[in-house]
Amino acid sequence: MTAPAIETQNLTKEYPHGFLHLKRKTSLENLTMQVEEGEVFGFLGPNGAGKSTTIKLLMGIIFPTAGSARILGKPVSDVSMHRDIGYLPEQPYFYDYLTAAEVLDYFARFHGFSAAERKERVQKMLQRVGLETAGKIQLRKFSKGMLQRVGLAQAILHDPKLVILDEPMSGLDPVGRREVRDIILDLKNAGKSILFSTHILSDAETLCDRVGVIAGGQLRGVGAPGSIVGVKSLGMEIIFELTESGGPQIEKIRAKAAKSGANYRMNASDAELYAALAELREAGAKIISVTQIKPTLEDFFMELVGKDRARASAIEVSGQ
Amino acid sequence: MSRILIVARNTFREAVRDRVLYNLVFFALLMIASAVVVGQISMDIETIVMVSLGLSAISLIGLLIAVFTGVGLVSKEIDKRTLHAVLAKPLRRWEFLAGKFTGLVLTLTVNTAAMAAGLFLAMWFVKHSLVRGDTLVLVAVYFILLKLTLVVALAMMFSCFTSPLLAILFTGGLYVAGLFVAQLRSLQNTQMTPHTQKFFSILSYLLPNFENYDVMGAAAHGRAIPRILVLHNTLYTALYCAIVLSVAAVIFSRKDLK
Repeated sequence: MTAPAIETQNLTKEYPHGFLHLKRKTSLENLTMQVEEGEVFGFLGPNGAGKSTTIKLLMGIIFPTAGSARILGKPVSDVSMHRDIGYLPEQPYFYDYLTAAEVLDYFARFHGFSAAERKERVQKMLQRVGLETAGKIQLRKFSKGMLQRVGLAQAILHDPKLVILDEPMSGLDPVGRREVRDIILDLKNAGKSILFSTHILSDAETLCDRVGVIAGGQLRGVGAPGSIVGVKSLGMEIIFELTESGGPQIEKIRAKAAKSGANYRMNASDAELYAALAELREAGAKIISVTQIKPTLEDFFMELVGKDRARASAIEVSGQ
Repeated sequence: MSRILIVARNTFREAVRDRVLYNLVFFALLMIASAVVVGQISMDIETIVMVSLGLSAISLIGLLIAVFTGVGLVSKEIDKRTLHAVLAKPLRRWEFLAGKFTGLVLTLTVNTAAMAAGLFLAMWFVKHSLVRGDTLVLVAVYFILLKLTLVVALAMMFSCFTSPLLAILFTGGLYVAGLFVAQLRSLQNTQMTPHTQKFFSILSYLLPNFENYDVMGAAAHGRAIPRILVLHNTLYTALYCAIVLSVAAVIFSRKDLK
């Protein structure tokens, strides 16, 4: 049996704060999760939720207060496994006195590639991230989006087994985001394990096999994007057209419905659906569609964040 | 070892592109220009003034680069977060530190060598010849380089656990204290208790002894520099740097980066 790509056990990170550093602030609390081999795992959460803290702990940039983490079966303190990991930091910044090709060459050297191999890989990567014409430009002249592309290139340059991307879509225009999505899908098809953090939920829904939602330093749920939000129906959405020759109830229906282009939209609970449809038929409305409303990842996310904010406000009010 | 050299090479490249080394051209031109002036106003002691002036300038410029660049080597990487991508490679933190140290020492070596070349050029301009005794100037330059190496190690160590400003102050303070080690060692004061005297005696051995590197006077006046001092200073620098860098590595290896 192969080891999970990433495995954490009660991973906790506290930071000292206050004038004498006597107080403790918890950024991550008892995180226990796994990312399986070959899986694309999305790490979702609002700003300050603990996503980047988790990734920094995994990469050995910061050290845990408690708990443990293993990557590809080895403890995160074992630097040798970095040969098999690609990492894109959040808002990456590289040596701005180097050109894009030079910075990639610099990183490739740590993996022991020969000069010819380095040259080939650097060219290939620049092409893959759409920077083939910018290879000889110093990074100080790069835009945020271009730096993000360089970051992605250095993360996958050495063909790692596991790729960890911290907010990979950040700073990219729609074309760039699409290209990064394609790269992630290519990596997935090549059997790589991928962990990426994001707060762009549509990206997570499109790309991930599983997602983990983190808020307030705690993992709130893990599962497939469809299953994590639950299966309960939030009601029915009816799209319809109204004609001027409709019955006397037409004004009443207009008041209840929302106009959307030439059509109207109205929500009804499961129990009220048939009554609503009967009312529309009487008014002479033409039914275009009836769709069940299921909760989206965004609903789930907003619910969690809303609860956290409500809790924070309650604590503030009670003076705790 | 190869990973240390990769970091060292990049550190050297950064220094070159940061135009740190370009002060050399300025320095060389300044030396040649001052040689002409000194040659005209100093009767018989032009070489002494020239060598003293030149070695002091090499030492001062080197110290400025060693302290400010030494402190910035690590703190700048932490502040700009360039370290995050680097440490994600198969590179240990102590290897990163060793590479940064090696790179800056290499930069200072090239820098000092070029400035020394400027000094010799100026000496030749004044005397129209170079004699065997002028090799004493080379020994003095070598001692300056050893001193700068130790300053870089100290600056790096302080920058591993404190802010850049405090690291500069600590390094500067330790350098000044290190210039008075002999006085501290021979401190005899009747007001002092035996414990206080013992404390200052121990302190004088713990502080980096920067006095030993100062042979500028001997080089300027053509007095012999004992060979044993060359060996002593070389070994002293190697040992002191090893201890300081080990402390830096232990601190840096446990440091949470932002």
